[in-house]
Amino acid sequence: MLFPGSVAECFSMATQAFDLAEQLQTPIFVLSDLDLGMNNWMSEPFPYPEKPLQRGKVLSAEDLERLGGFARYKDVDQDAIPYRTLPGTDHPGAAYFTRGSGHNEKAQYSERPDDYQNNMERLARKFETARSYVPRPEVVEDRGEKIGIIAYGSSDFAVRESRDQLKREYQVRADYLRIRAFPFSREVHEFVSKHERVYVVEQNRDAQMLSLLKLDLNASHTPKLHSVRHFNGLPIDARSVTDDIISQEGR
Amino acid sequence: MASTPTSTPAPKTNRLGLQVIDYRGGKTTLCAGCGHNAISERVIDAMYEMGVQPERVLKLSGIGCSSKTPAYFIARAHSFNSLHGRMPSVATGAVLANRSMLSLGVSGDGDTASIGMGQFIHLMRRNLPIIYIIEDNGVYGLTKGQFSATADLGSKQKSGVINDLPAIDTCALAIQMGATFVARSFSGDKKQLLTMLKAAIAHRGTVMLDVISPCVTFNDHEGSTKSYKYVQEHEEAVAEVGFVPHFEDIAVDYDPGTTFDVRMHDGSHLRLRKLHEDYDPTNKINAVKNLMEAHEKGEVLTGIFYIDTQKPNFVDLLQMTETPLAQLPQETVRPPKRVLDEVMESLR
Repeated sequence: MLFPGSVAECFSMATQAFDLAEQLQTPIFVLSDLDLGMNNWMSEPFPYPEKPLQRGKVLSAEDLERLGGFARYKDVDQDAIPYRTLPGTDHPGAAYFTRGSGHNEKAQYSERPDDYQNNMERLARKFETARSYVPRPEVVEDRGEKIGIIAYGSSDFAVRESRDQLKREYQVRADYLRIRAFPFSREVHEFVSKHERVYVVEQNRDAQMLSLLKLDLNASHTPKLHSVRHFNGLPIDARSVTDDIISQEGR
Repeated sequence: MASTPTSTPAPKTNRLGLQVIDYRGGKTTLCAGCGHNAISERVIDAMYEMGVQPERVLKLSGIGCSSKTPAYFIARAHSFNSLHGRMPSVATGAVLANRSMLSLGVSGDGDTASIGMGQFIHLMRRNLPIIYIIEDNGVYGLTKGQFSATADLGSKQKSGVINDLPAIDTCALAIQMGATFVARSFSGDKKQLLTMLKAAIAHRGTVMLDVISPCVTFNDHEGSTKSYKYVQEHEEAVAEVGFVPHFEDIAVDYDPGTTFDVRMHDGSHLRLRKLHEDYDPTNKINAVKNLMEAHEKGEVLTGIFYIDTQKPNFVDLLQMTETPLAQLPQETVRPPKRVLDEVMESLR
């Protein structure tokens, strides 16, 4: 899942989403929000995508001839991403059957518990691989303050302004990391571990990003997390963030 | 007199040099006697006889007993068992991505006429090149025989419950929506079904083929209108279906007064000999009228009801490239920097 924080990032993440979908062989969601999608924004010109398209692990008829065949769900490279073929590959060994029910490494129907478990475990490992493929978070500032703020999407603008208000009005300094993808990469874990208190700002009643962080972080770090939520139907504003953080800081 | 040396005859092959075994799939796990198995057999025969390269076939399905069947034929073809009722979306994407593939979708009456209805009607109106087979038994077999939306009014469930909702006629619907080859057959009618499937392979548009396929476990009893016995007793063919493939140079005489000759996209000929007085497969209104009248009379009308080989199909309409999308070079799919710069400049 990718979280663009600006219209320019919506553009670049759309390209990245296609690359990631083919590399990881999984659907990628670009989680834009209403504020980015429906309102007019000032933006720097969008950057032209310079990197070549990533097509992931695809075997051709020649590859199959050389290898003598393939197993659709076999973890050959130890990254849990198997090789695939495309329909229309003219080789008798190219075809495979995509199905939701139990299957073995060769994509054959199977009701064997070990086949099922192997597949489920491979998918979990693939999720680990994905951590290093997805866009890194933007560490906006990390100056070793006690307080850290984590946000994503269009909350970015309110958080940037709120940090100025906190400093100017309350002499509270807060570091800031903007999450750009799930699963979380190493930087997100490091950011939380370096701070005493981390405010997770989101425009979400159920604090779903906070919940995802709690599931992912080492349990000893989860008490550091505090929630700042905004869900009154209007875009989040800096004053709401500032007031909530100051209140939770007991100031 | 010296005896003639005998040798084992070479296995029968088709025009590609392939044997029928090259079109087989895994062993079926459906009930013995299930109509769906007969349909799988006919698909194998039709693909073999038409000499279709197995690797150029795309098998697609939704969920249900019917949708399991792509595992039981043409193992050398890619197959995608999609979500319940969502096969049309996957099929549309796959066909647009590579128009050179022959796509064959297998669905059921539940997968099509209930959960997948929204997808089904939009597939029909797009005239996507696909053979869409409904293996129609009037019940949900996987969940123990509840009525589906194609069950006839007054039909009796195994438990004795009478169906009090009218049936959706998927053929009438497909004709109205814009499918260009609409037919109904019966899994027990080997000859008719095989001929229709061969003609379907020659068509480049949406083939909607509703095949009445009795469920031996839940819908083959007295009082059911989708049982072997009922369909055998009430089947009414609108026309006799004949097919001359383009690669067979056979001149067959026919009477233009009683027979429609349809030239298919690949040069094959479909010959439809009238059995009903007002049969005209080029007339939508007539076709739907005949279907409605058959319902009134409790008949199971079979045959090719409607065919149109002139209407543009979806890939032509969208001017899709002949090259599969995955093989297009980057310079074709990614406009140059200048284009983005111009767009950006226009927004200043």
